[in-house]
Amino acid sequence: MDLSLLLAMKFELMITLIIFILLFMKIDGRANNQTVIRISYLLLFLNLGFGFAGNVSGEIFNGMFRSTPLLAFQKNILNLATLIIALSSYEWLRNHKHLPEFFILLLSSLLGMFFMMSSGNLLMFYLGLELSTIPLAALCNFDLHKKISSEAAMKMILSSAFSSAILLFGISLIYGATGSFDFKVITSVLTGTTLQKLAFILIFSGFAFKLSVVPFHLWTADVYEGSPIAVTAFLSVVSKASMSFIFITVLYTTFISMATTWYYVLATTAVITMIVGNLFALRQTNLKRFLAFSSIAQVGYLLIGISGASQIGIASVVYFILIYVFSNLAAFGVISVISSLTGKETISDYKGLYASNPALALIMALSLFSLAGIPPTAGFFGKLFLLTAGASILNWPLIIIASLNLIVSLYYYLNIVRAMFIDETDEPMVKLNFSTNEAVAFFMCVAGVLSIGFLKGVFEFIFGLSSVL
Amino acid sequence: MISGSTIALIPLLPLASFLLLGLFGRKYLSSAAGWIGTLSLLASSLISLATAYNYFFVSGKVNGAYQQITLLKHTWLAFTPGVSIDMGLLLDPVSMMMIVIVTFVSLMVHIYSLGYMKGEERFATYYAFLSLFTFSMLGLVLSINIFQIYIFWELVGVSSFLLIGYYFDRPSAVAASKKAFIVTRFADLGFLIGILILAFGAHTLDFKILIERLTTSSPELRGMIGSSFLGLSALTWGLLLVFAGGAGKSAMFPLHIWLPDAMEGPTPVSALIHAATMVVAGVYLVARLFPIFAISCPGALHVVAYVGVFSSLFAAVIACTQTDIKRVLAYSTMSQIGYMMFALGVSGYGGEHGLGFSASMFHLFTHAMFKALLFLGAGAVIHYTHSNEMQDMGGLRKYMPVTHLTFLVACLAIAGVPPFSGFFSKEEILSAAYQNNFPIYVIALFTAGLTAFYMFRLYFNIFWNKEFHSHHDSSDGHHGEAPWTMKLPLLILGVLAFGAGFVPFGNFVSSDGAALPAEFHLALAIPPVLLGLFGIALAYTMYKTENDLPNKTAALFHRLYQGAYHKFYIDEVYLFITQKIIFNLIGRPSAWVDKNIVDGAVNLSANLTEDTSGLIRGWQSGKMQQYALWFFAGVMGIVAVFICMWH
Repeated sequence: MDLSLLLAMKFELMITLIIFILLFMKIDGRANNQTVIRISYLLLFLNLGFGFAGNVSGEIFNGMFRSTPLLAFQKNILNLATLIIALSSYEWLRNHKHLPEFFILLLSSLLGMFFMMSSGNLLMFYLGLELSTIPLAALCNFDLHKKISSEAAMKMILSSAFSSAILLFGISLIYGATGSFDFKVITSVLTGTTLQKLAFILIFSGFAFKLSVVPFHLWTADVYEGSPIAVTAFLSVVSKASMSFIFITVLYTTFISMATTWYYVLATTAVITMIVGNLFALRQTNLKRFLAFSSIAQVGYLLIGISGASQIGIASVVYFILIYVFSNLAAFGVISVISSLTGKETISDYKGLYASNPALALIMALSLFSLAGIPPTAGFFGKLFLLTAGASILNWPLIIIASLNLIVSLYYYLNIVRAMFIDETDEPMVKLNFSTNEAVAFFMCVAGVLSIGFLKGVFEFIFGLSSVL
Repeated sequence: MISGSTIALIPLLPLASFLLLGLFGRKYLSSAAGWIGTLSLLASSLISLATAYNYFFVSGKVNGAYQQITLLKHTWLAFTPGVSIDMGLLLDPVSMMMIVIVTFVSLMVHIYSLGYMKGEERFATYYAFLSLFTFSMLGLVLSINIFQIYIFWELVGVSSFLLIGYYFDRPSAVAASKKAFIVTRFADLGFLIGILILAFGAHTLDFKILIERLTTSSPELRGMIGSSFLGLSALTWGLLLVFAGGAGKSAMFPLHIWLPDAMEGPTPVSALIHAATMVVAGVYLVARLFPIFAISCPGALHVVAYVGVFSSLFAAVIACTQTDIKRVLAYSTMSQIGYMMFALGVSGYGGEHGLGFSASMFHLFTHAMFKALLFLGAGAVIHYTHSNEMQDMGGLRKYMPVTHLTFLVACLAIAGVPPFSGFFSKEEILSAAYQNNFPIYVIALFTAGLTAFYMFRLYFNIFWNKEFHSHHDSSDGHHGEAPWTMKLPLLILGVLAFGAGFVPFGNFVSSDGAALPAEFHLALAIPPVLLGLFGIALAYTMYKTENDLPNKTAALFHRLYQGAYHKFYIDEVYLFITQKIIFNLIGRPSAWVDKNIVDGAVNLSANLTEDTSGLIRGWQSGKMQQYALWFFAGVMGIVAVFICMWH
């Protein structure tokens, strides 16, 4: 094997290196929290920068591991998201007893996702998936003194166990039907018999669990509410993004012979997911639970884009996720600052926020506008391209349902904006100060939300990358 | 030569004024705000006049037909190599006509508002909104790309929302602005879907290419006619949905309910938005896509025709019974736009057949003049009497001579009395209808008579009838008719409302760009004029002096009168649908599910938890098993649906 091909794994190697550095710092034990956090931020910045330099495409380990320009771009998005999460949870991390472990677990999970996305083989895929899930369950428990956090971790690990069981069942059926784990071999052998369809649906359910597609979404709200906000953000943005990336690859290549089946499965679940997500989001009072259900609805739109099954489908999903990273993390950033400084997490606590903390209120409003898809924020363009991709196969009922759901979602997003800007309250929040770290994270998010829609090259660039999965 | 950067100034000047006034207006420029807005509009309208002159008389015509010119095209977002959102300027006879109308009427409204809005606390904000609206409207008419038009379409919606709700301390104004926004939002949803259908059928968003592909025998056209949904082809769906968007903005039945309420805005705003510019955006949209309607999808054009003529009659009947003078004008606007719509609907493409198209645009032009005049005149009356109700007026001709004269000119124009402008455009519309669709012609003729009647009912009630009694103490000295800033626009518009009909319109604006010389059919001109005169005479006997004829007539047509007075209960129908049907069908079941199933499950698990004691209390709520159950049920459900039932 040509040694230079190892460069194809440079993302994974870099993260492994950072994990080791942090591990040694932990073992050494002399560095205080302030030092650790600075070094971690520095390493994450380096990691992000390193991702842009000298990418090599190709397959190594007999096709077990693939690398393409699109994958490199997707990994860059995830690196960026991880960095923003780490920066915006500075206030919460600062005094945490197990700071190095937080970063080690977070990066391990990210490493698992990278392996999963690059996998060319079902076994590799499964290993990556588990590597990404198990550290996450530990992370959910990171508010060590809170029972609700332990409950979230327990629910996370149990639910994951269900989904893994189903997924493994599906994988074994595929192996039984085709005699191979390799994506390429499977593609060439699959014909769409009933057994293979059953296997597909089982594997689909595994994905659906991770993406919180209804009815596999029930764990989401409890886990999101109980986990520390940084972890909730990671779950709702990074974890979902990585899952949708590999989901596209698996659907568009491995199961392409069953395109009609999965198209209808996707369309049906997309509709249910949008409706249920929206209906439940309407009645939430806790902001984390609210974002959990709103992100379920967002996944519904995502599924419509995926069902487009074309280069536009891929590009619009990647584009949407890029925008979703900025918009959603801005919201989580604000919630994180407010929650760690005041402990307040419900929507009614946010009444009159504009009067006491105008900057936070404006950032939050911008991110909610973007999530709701109101022009001219980037979210509008993300939704637009997703629906366009869905429209490219001329499925009008689906597009109409999605548009109606978009209108419903306007209501609850704007509800929060109203609380912050118009409603008055007897107990206003004090003026909160946040550090430069959070400010940098906010700056990146706001810049992303405001600019991506207008930078005309972005979508074309992604579209160009999407020619090779 | 026509230069792109000069034309770009036409919309950009109002934008600059909006930014200036929006950012610094309230603090630094509150006294100068009106003049800044007015001067920028003056410059903008001079440039657009020069451009239109240049286009029509110097450089627009090639080989006897006006050409479509695209300037400053700039690709903004590309979906795929073929489908992209471009920004640019489109010059053709219709857009030239529109920029002249929009800048001119907007200028008149700017000048008028100097007097009308004087002393308002948020004077600068008002001018900022006016500028924003003018910018959006100009951007809309100059769009080269169907998506560009959509963006400006939404901007127009937002700025009109702001203007209607200008008196935000009045609950009725806030409700009206919300209603306008919501109704048009639903229509715009249809518009957006229509755009997507057309874009994906034709693989382009560019007007020029879109029209080219969908009017000649291209694979795209065959594809769009070939694929169907619920019995209609994709092309028909696309065009109908786009028309739905246009019908929302243009207040066509049944999406008209926002227009009368929108009269809560300041009166000059009504003159600008609800007479001359925004409400004709729907007509403009259909005209822009007209070749596709006419050549490839006559079915959709029929829908346009029937919706138009029905709205026209429907609104005219309601207008006869309203007592708020602005509402009468609102319904009359709806009726006249119905005229423009069905004129497009009965038209064909090219040459002689395109008479309806020319006539529609002609009527749009003359209507902008006389309707803006009517609204501004009504504004002057309201300014003087401090009331919108007819019963508070009467005998005003002595106190407001200028307003009286110009209002009379406008009434004669809209009633179609020769040689006022409305006569010419209406005559063309009626002859186009006569040649193509006799039932529509008959309805339109009847509506013409009604129009004359209700306009003169309005006129006599305001200026004649009983003597005017001021509510103010007369020793106090009632203020004069109006300041010169308000009279000047009335006089200018009065001249135009009289003379605009003499423009040989068909020579400039026609469906295919080639000149369409006006033909005058005496036989066709006589019936509408006679009916109009009859309507005026009827109004004269009933309303010239105070008598009990109106009440007797109302009693005679009791049911019809009551129905029309209550606007045929359309608002109530909407309320019924939203409150009774939608809430009961969707709201109640969701509430039931929420209460009995969701809460029930939560309560059940809470009870279970309590019962099964302290061992698992704390971290185990009892819900996990349920989650697992749902999870496996979900898998089984998908398997059942997609493997067992569906092959």
